Amino acid sequence: MRRLVVILPVALFAALLGVMVALLTDGERNNDPSRLPSPLVGKPVPEFSLPAIADNIPGGFSTDDLKGHVTVVNVFASWCIPCLAEHPLITQLAADGVRVYGINHRDKSADAITWLRRHGNPYRAIGFDADARASLEWGVTGVPETFIIDANGVIAYKHAGPITPDVLERKILPKLREVEGG
Amino acid sequence: MIAEIGQYVLIAALVLAAIQAVVPLWGAARGEAGLMAVGDRTAIAQAAALLIAFAALTHGFVTSDFSLQIVFQNSHSLKPMLYKVSGVWGNHEGSMLLWVLVLALFSAAVAVFGRNLPPTLKARVLSIQAMIGFAFIAFIIFTSNPFARLSPAPLDGTGLNPLLQDPGLAFPPPLLYLGYVGFSMAFSFAIAALIEGRVDAAWGRWVRPWTLAAWTFLTGGIALGSWWAYYELGWGGWWFWDPVENASFMPWLFGTALLHSSIVVEKRDALKSWTILLAILTFSMSLLGTFLVRSGVLTSVHAFATDPERGVFILAILAIAIGGALTLFAVRAPGMKGGGLFAPVSREGALVANNMLLTLAAATVLLGTLYPLILEALSGGESRVSVGPPFFNATFGPIMVPLVLLMALGPLMAWKRGNLRTASRKLVPAAIAALLAIGVTFLAVPDGPGLAPFAMGLAAWLGAGTIAEWGGRIKLFTSSPTVSLRRLSGQPRSASGMSLAHLGLAIMIVGITGSSAWRTELVTTLSPGQTVEGAGYAVTLESVTEGRGPNYSFERGALRIEENGEFVTTMFTERRFFPVANQTTTEAGIRTTLLSDLYGVIGERGRTPETANAWTVRFFVNPLVPWIWLGALVMVFGGLLSLSDRRHRVGAPRRAANAVPTTNKPPTQPMPAPAE
Repeated sequence: MRRLVVILPVALFAALLGVMVALLTDGERNNDPSRLPSPLVGKPVPEFSLPAIADNIPGGFSTDDLKGHVTVVNVFASWCIPCLAEHPLITQLAADGVRVYGINHRDKSADAITWLRRHGNPYRAIGFDADARASLEWGVTGVPETFIIDANGVIAYKHAGPITPDVLERKILPKLREVEGG
Repeated sequence: MIAEIGQYVLIAALVLAAIQAVVPLWGAARGEAGLMAVGDRTAIAQAAALLIAFAALTHGFVTSDFSLQIVFQNSHSLKPMLYKVSGVWGNHEGSMLLWVLVLALFSAAVAVFGRNLPPTLKARVLSIQAMIGFAFIAFIIFTSNPFARLSPAPLDGTGLNPLLQDPGLAFPPPLLYLGYVGFSMAFSFAIAALIEGRVDAAWGRWVRPWTLAAWTFLTGGIALGSWWAYYELGWGGWWFWDPVENASFMPWLFGTALLHSSIVVEKRDALKSWTILLAILTFSMSLLGTFLVRSGVLTSVHAFATDPERGVFILAILAIAIGGALTLFAVRAPGMKGGGLFAPVSREGALVANNMLLTLAAATVLLGTLYPLILEALSGGESRVSVGPPFFNATFGPIMVPLVLLMALGPLMAWKRGNLRTASRKLVPAAIAALLAIGVTFLAVPDGPGLAPFAMGLAAWLGAGTIAEWGGRIKLFTSSPTVSLRRLSGQPRSASGMSLAHLGLAIMIVGITGSSAWRTELVTTLSPGQTVEGAGYAVTLESVTEGRGPNYSFERGALRIEENGEFVTTMFTERRFFPVANQTTTEAGIRTTLLSDLYGVIGERGRTPETANAWTVRFFVNPLVPWIWLGALVMVFGGLLSLSDRRHRVGAPRRAANAVPTTNKPPTQPMPAPAE
């Protein structure tokens, strides 16, 4: 009896550990913010129209621009560190021929221009969303967020949080192939 | 350059921890004094190395060296100096560095002050401490390097989470860490005792001061943290059962139980296996708290790191430390000899009941914190629930009632075999006070929640019972004042500390009851010049002015408060916007008297044209809320007083005996205690 009692704590702990491992290692959900469910997936992109940041930066786009081709929409801001971290991967995506659009979220135009000059502008077009109104329509909860839109203009996938090489390989690229194939 | 020095000494600390983990343990197993003594030197060297690393990081923050990644991410050249410094631990990497620094300081304290510990016990304790240290230093170096550089260096930083830019949050983390890392001492002593296969009264005496110190720090840290939540979050509440709060509260509950059960080990040589288990559980809760906060498994205002890699690393540490300790316990505990017997009605019996209730309370909090996680894991992420205050209020409160009832009784019981009749006779004043409090409360606030008068009665019971017990010890009123005064000065400080800590809880219960039962709230929209009546006051939004702080802009609302047509106060509340972090925070305007707080905050400005000149205004009357922190302060003071007790300075008589041949004491000095 006494032996059983002293084993109880370690047994309970082992069970708890199992739960923790399940929580952490499940690749689908290992990053908390990205697990927020998105009601917009499977719906057409919202109605919006955004101006360019400045005349010399390709930009201004609206709902209609996202129809007819598979596109990626990346929400970013110059003040957001994870955006800087994922920027090389976005650049790579664009270099591989993916149509990447940017929504510049709650930014100042001067800051955004400096940022793009410094780190490069991979975007086909950037919409300037200083008051985050369009972002609200898109259901953006924070930056960075990345959407994959199919050729019919329907949101096929949403990733919240920065794109890491792992996320790119395991989620973004497969989804892009799937959407392009179908 | 200085950052590189920090990096090197951090690696040096890792190597020192590795040596300290292996050599003294081996020495203790072989009985070689030379090897065991290595632990002392490595412990001190490790603490020194980590102090240098911490200083190097602080230097990076103070000089705004943005080539350091964490300085860039967590600081800004415009930030006030205080927050530059607190920024050192206001982020994941720095806070982990502080964690290992505190751990190493505790180890060094054992090395320096533990001269009279048996050498094998000391060597093993230091070795266990070093194992924990090694794991966490490795965690820092491999997953969260605070000295990572950025190239090219950015021109300016991106600021500290503005919510955290507050003196109320700058200081709790170090206090909390001193608290829950301090419980590592009890853990290491427990493991060392399991390895030695011996737990005796002396062991209890060594563990107690460390546990007490950790408990005192933790109490202070939790209280400051809740005070911060109270005036910074702007919701008028002070405890939200937030997982991060629970993470510090669970070690507190277990630690409190440990504090009491180690008394039984020391005085009566009983409850040994249980105390060992509690020591393991208490520190396990600290580790679990670190894991929950650092892994991002939970998201809350306080969680800065969301990184699965780190989570897996800490989980591995958790598995080895807790799993290993509990396995060792399962193997060794049955072989441990039980100690002195005692009757159910006795001081020991009361302490056992205290332990069961506190453990039950801790288990409840643990369940409430982990249940959403467990459910999520079992359902494959489909169901996410949150367990809110209703769960905790419904379960935690009822457990506290018998605990508090017993708290007044326990200290009145004799060791070994108590007499319920004698004890209850001494509780007559407490019972009268409780009935009086219930009656007065009921008459004063007849329309409040029905349970509130009883909660006040409970507080009065505990307060009066504690004072009666203390009064009985110094023969207050039963003897002449001079006798009482003499007995007072003769009181052991640990006993007075206990009385104070219990009294502190009574005061705190008054505050908790007052603020949760009779709080009144007024939420409305006001334009400058408008007045609203409610909660017994007339609140006028006099003006809203705009301005700039060092790194934020603000809207400052002036609220004029009147009661029955008489001017009470004008309070200022701010809504601050931090452009760098793109965040808004509130600063509540609080006018406090000992009896209540008036608490006002302004919220968002209206968005439609008609409301563009109006602000949301929330006004709370929080009765008795200052008593919560007053109570915590009294508890901390009780802890400190008890810590200053000479009897906690282990083996003091022996040291004095050793000192005899070398010093020439004048004959007027009291004679040193005879050598054992």
